[in-house]
Amino acid sequence: MAVAAIATLSFASVPCRKQQLRHGASTFNAQQFSASGSHWHSANLKWGVPRPRAAKRVIVAQTGTGSHKVAILGAAGGIGQPLSLLVKMSPLVSALHLYDIANVKGITADLSHCNTSAQVAGFTGKDELAGSLAGADVVVIPAGVPRKPGMTRDDLFGINAGIVKELVEAVADHAPGALIHVISNPVNSTVPIAAEVLKQKGAYDPRKLFGVTTLDVVRANAFVAARKGLPLADVDVPVVGGHARSTILPLLSKARPKAAFTDEEVEELTTRIQNAGTEVVEAKAGAGSATLSMAYAAARFLEASLRGLDGDDDVYECAYVQSQVVPELPFFASRVKLGREGIEEVVGSELRGLSEYEARALEALKPQLKASIDKGVAYVQQQQEAALN
Amino acid sequence: MRPSLLKSTSELLRRSRRGYASSANPERKVAVLGAAGGIGQPLSLLMKLNPLVSSLSLYDIAGTPGVAADVSHINSPALVKGFMGDDQLGEALEGSDVVIIPAGVPRKPGMTRDDLFNINAGIVKALCTAIAKHCPNALVNMISNPVNSTVPIAAEVFKKAGTYDEKRLFGVTTLDVVRAKTFYAGKAGVPVTEVNVPVVGGHAGITILPLFSQATPASNSLSQEDIVALTKRTQDGGTEVVEAKAGKGSATLSMAYAGAVFADACLKGLNGVPDIVECSFVQSTVTELPFFASKVRLGKNGVEEVLGLGELSDFEKEGLENLKGELKSSIEKGIKFAHGN
Repeated sequence: MAVAAIATLSFASVPCRKQQLRHGASTFNAQQFSASGSHWHSANLKWGVPRPRAAKRVIVAQTGTGSHKVAILGAAGGIGQPLSLLVKMSPLVSALHLYDIANVKGITADLSHCNTSAQVAGFTGKDELAGSLAGADVVVIPAGVPRKPGMTRDDLFGINAGIVKELVEAVADHAPGALIHVISNPVNSTVPIAAEVLKQKGAYDPRKLFGVTTLDVVRANAFVAARKGLPLADVDVPVVGGHARSTILPLLSKARPKAAFTDEEVEELTTRIQNAGTEVVEAKAGAGSATLSMAYAAARFLEASLRGLDGDDDVYECAYVQSQVVPELPFFASRVKLGREGIEEVVGSELRGLSEYEARALEALKPQLKASIDKGVAYVQQQQEAALN
Repeated sequence: MRPSLLKSTSELLRRSRRGYASSANPERKVAVLGAAGGIGQPLSLLMKLNPLVSSLSLYDIAGTPGVAADVSHINSPALVKGFMGDDQLGEALEGSDVVIIPAGVPRKPGMTRDDLFNINAGIVKALCTAIAKHCPNALVNMISNPVNSTVPIAAEVFKKAGTYDEKRLFGVTTLDVVRAKTFYAGKAGVPVTEVNVPVVGGHAGITILPLFSQATPASNSLSQEDIVALTKRTQDGGTEVVEAKAGKGSATLSMAYAGAVFADACLKGLNGVPDIVECSFVQSTVTELPFFASKVRLGKNGVEEVLGLGELSDFEKEGLENLKGELKSSIEKGIKFAHGN
């Protein structure tokens, strides 16, 4: 056959349906780059974890080029750059807008040379922010400063709250129907900030606002697979709560494939997953926080969202969203079903039948998470009051 | 032992191997030398995402513990280890199937790739000395510029160590191919994912010779002027990015992408996937020059076959003659350096 299969970049989520996993459905596809005869097509790369109904999903990705416009705000930063590369490589994206306060021209020129379908354009500074957002289906926000050793995510609040507020105001004005993926820390607060800003502008749709917690899931999957000797491709561990230290709650009792954990293992794995971000900050010794793994996680969540927008009926990811799963907490991370309008369903069922350890941890995280949410909301309200006076 | 018990035991053993996603592919170790740099970091990310990689060694003179910790959290099979400094170089390299070398300094505006020679030649020489000692059979993917010289340097170092295998040494020119395809697709109005354009010669300025006469899908809409413009743009693609970055470096993300594409092709070739053809700067008899980039077929030994240039247009024949002088002197500069130091 003369036509080579065009490999596609696909960061598929691990199967996380309510039903059981289909065995044998989830091996890595090693037919990545294709080569046929003397030709080679390496325009697209396919890496990722296939889910059940992999064939269906591949068809979604392969029929023609993608049609989605994505804007990345903070594209020149430590996360922004590798994220921009991964998104440029995605066959689901037709237009990629890169925005930052500086250094975007060079990154745009760099990426524009890649032989993938997404057309990339760069936008620099406040005056060009509106242009970067026009027509965006999804806006991803990694903008802001990263942690240094000894800092918590909350220590970033002072700087990043203002950045997120300003950017989301622009999204409300120029891309009000877009899905918004917030990466900027502290996510536990910046997502409520975004919500308040959008409400003030009359542009809030709780189905379309997400704090990206995918990296916690990725870490949980990696650490659990390693510890229990499970094939990586099959492992799925839901992570709920928030996105900082003990608000990160991996539900090991709900891990698939089903595995038995000793009490020590539960403690060790949970602690490691909660502190993994700090682990990287320390290892980087002042040079930053997780960038490459964060870029991967964000790209994975983006692709899941785009498949949802395309009408794929089987897209589930954990994310930090407006939620009623825990009554006291207006925002909470849990599994959500993604679809044409963003969130189709917040899946609360995994919060039932928790282990004792998890139930205690859930209670313990509530005050901290509530405080972070309140802090975000209060910030926006204070800003509004200050502006009126 | 009952046959069914034997079978289920071996199944269990196979499944319990950590991170062993597929029983169909052999274990492959890849080392990235310069993993903490501008190219090295995104390249390390892409290699970590490649399911053909079972072990990923990240080496640099600084910064690798952080990069390795970061990348190791990704839930793909490759086991990541970071190595920092000369003392750890050997361990980083042991058992490698493919070694990718992006190490070195990038250009600033106004510089040619050759201006990097003095610093990068020394770096490459040291790294290749270690490769000869610790993983002499690895496929070496040279990214460090000026590639036209650093590949000959590597060859001389390997010859001196008695480990040289011309089938296992590659100058990575994939980014030139990527650029040629992208620019051609834009001008000809064809979908970029369908385009193929060979690029031959070397990896600097006019030594880069894209063969648009062989581009597929063919286009009737390109004038001679268009071809000349496309050729120049492909040749100056690197400079275009250096200027746009205004002192902040050269192509990193597209180079990581191209580097990952080529490394993946090497891995597929090693794994016995048929018909893996890529352009690369290799030891060659296609012209009178000792090294030359052209299409090569990759396999279990590295280069299985160096493919010829095919039919060239008059413009391309002229370009070929014009590039030989510069490419020859770059090659000789590399050889001389390797002997002198």
